[in-house]
Amino acid sequence: MKTILSTCLGAAASAVMLLLMPVAASGQNAPLDGTLKKIADDGVVVIGYREASIPFSYYDDAKNPVGYSMDLTAIILDRIKAKLGKPDLQVRKLPITSQNRISLLQNGTIDFECTTTTHNASREQQVDFSNTFFAIGTRLLTRKSTGITDFPDLKGQNVVVGAGTTSEILLRKMNADQGMGMNIISAKDHAESFLMLSTGRAKAMMMDDALLAGERAKTKDASEFIITGTPQSREAYGCMVRKGDAQLKKLLDETLAELQTSGKAVAIYDKWFRSPIPPRGLNLDFALSDDMKALFAAPNDKILN
Amino acid sequence: MGYNWNWGVLLQPVATGEGATYLGWILHGLLLTAALTLAAWLLALLVGTAFGILRAWPSRLCDAIGATYVSLFRNVPLIVQFFIWFFVVPEVLPTAIGDWIKSITPSTQVFVVSVLALGFFTGARICEQVRAGIAALPPGQLQAAQALGFRLPQTFRHILLPQCFRRILPPLTSEFLIISKNSAVASTIGLLELSGQARQLVDFTAQPYESFIVVTLAYIGLNIVILRLMEWIQRRIRLPGMMGA
Repeated sequence: MKTILSTCLGAAASAVMLLLMPVAASGQNAPLDGTLKKIADDGVVVIGYREASIPFSYYDDAKNPVGYSMDLTAIILDRIKAKLGKPDLQVRKLPITSQNRISLLQNGTIDFECTTTTHNASREQQVDFSNTFFAIGTRLLTRKSTGITDFPDLKGQNVVVGAGTTSEILLRKMNADQGMGMNIISAKDHAESFLMLSTGRAKAMMMDDALLAGERAKTKDASEFIITGTPQSREAYGCMVRKGDAQLKKLLDETLAELQTSGKAVAIYDKWFRSPIPPRGLNLDFALSDDMKALFAAPNDKILN
Repeated sequence: MGYNWNWGVLLQPVATGEGATYLGWILHGLLLTAALTLAAWLLALLVGTAFGILRAWPSRLCDAIGATYVSLFRNVPLIVQFFIWFFVVPEVLPTAIGDWIKSITPSTQVFVVSVLALGFFTGARICEQVRAGIAALPPGQLQAAQALGFRLPQTFRHILLPQCFRRILPPLTSEFLIISKNSAVASTIGLLELSGQARQLVDFTAQPYESFIVVTLAYIGLNIVILRLMEWIQRRIRLPGMMGA
């Protein structure tokens, strides 16, 4: 009796083991799941892009989304096509905003996005992030004539930030903690923030340094503006994928890591940050930061701080 | 679809460390929306009535002035009007005045601009309602008043307008309700009213559904209050024996 029972148990255990086998042996030939399976089944992949985040993702003359992040997206899409063995995979592009990007990803409207989304803890509750593809510091853009060089100079001034950005959180915190008496204006996007600055409504504008360089490059009198101030935070941009979508995240991670360690990422960086870019042939002239050098040397998906 | 519901986020302290909760932000936004709605509606009523009288006044010139105002403010999209008031007006005014405007505290600036933009936009609609309300009165009202020796301003003040407003109270209620929702456009120039706060919540908490559900309920609540208020006014000013009023 005892032996029969143990034999039965043994058989059951090995059956369970057998069932678990394919999951345990998740190698190159693992069956597709999650978003990759959805893409393979539908024959369509939908990516998100931003309309005015220079030089990451924005429109060129022909209203095509271009930029540093878009180049990375294109390489990732090639990888997906290769992995699925579908070179003619249909690619659809959808403009997203900072308000709708998480919802659109969660409800399946877009499959992933590599634009300018900061990888932070509260977003991790809803989505997963790939390896970091860009690292920024939050700094100030101001007219040279204002004489503002760092954050303490902002006492009692009007300062503009993008609504809902990390810069807004930091600036409001600084204002409350140090009693600086700043008037903080929350503008709805980068372009409007810059309009507030250039029309004199705000003395300075706080944002991600790379985006500040992009906004400055748009104006006719770019030489009158400087990017200044001690970085108040460092942030990592990552690609967003649906939560728990390990297969797609792995593909993104590997693609980005390979680009970064092989030096291809530096070439893409130079193309967008150190050479003339569309639509007006301006050069951002934005040097590779130490954070970026460290990232390219050791690709990772960590939150920066 | 893999969404993590978290209603508790509303009671969490805000990320900016200003000692408020996210629910507190929404309530603050609701107060701003209510104040903006009321102020803009009163301005719209004032402007709309003034231009409505112009349009009904027996003079070609007055009518033309009223008609120009209406076609200008009714045909330009509201969001464009907000941008014109906020970004263009200070630039075309003399530099000294423009600089003075820009030196006002930003939150005051955007509130005043929002009241102006909403007030003049809705005023154009109310103007047409006032004109229609007066035109709908029997011509005998005006003639009888004149025959009794009323001068034209007196005729409008004591005979035409009181009847007109009773008739157009239902569309005025609609305008009041519409203005409360149009006020959301103010968030595009940086006023943190109800929908502006909703946007902040989405960005800071990454919980879009909770944020928008609460804000939707707040708008519905505000609209019910407006509806009750207008019903009360309607009952108060009712005259026995008068149609629809």
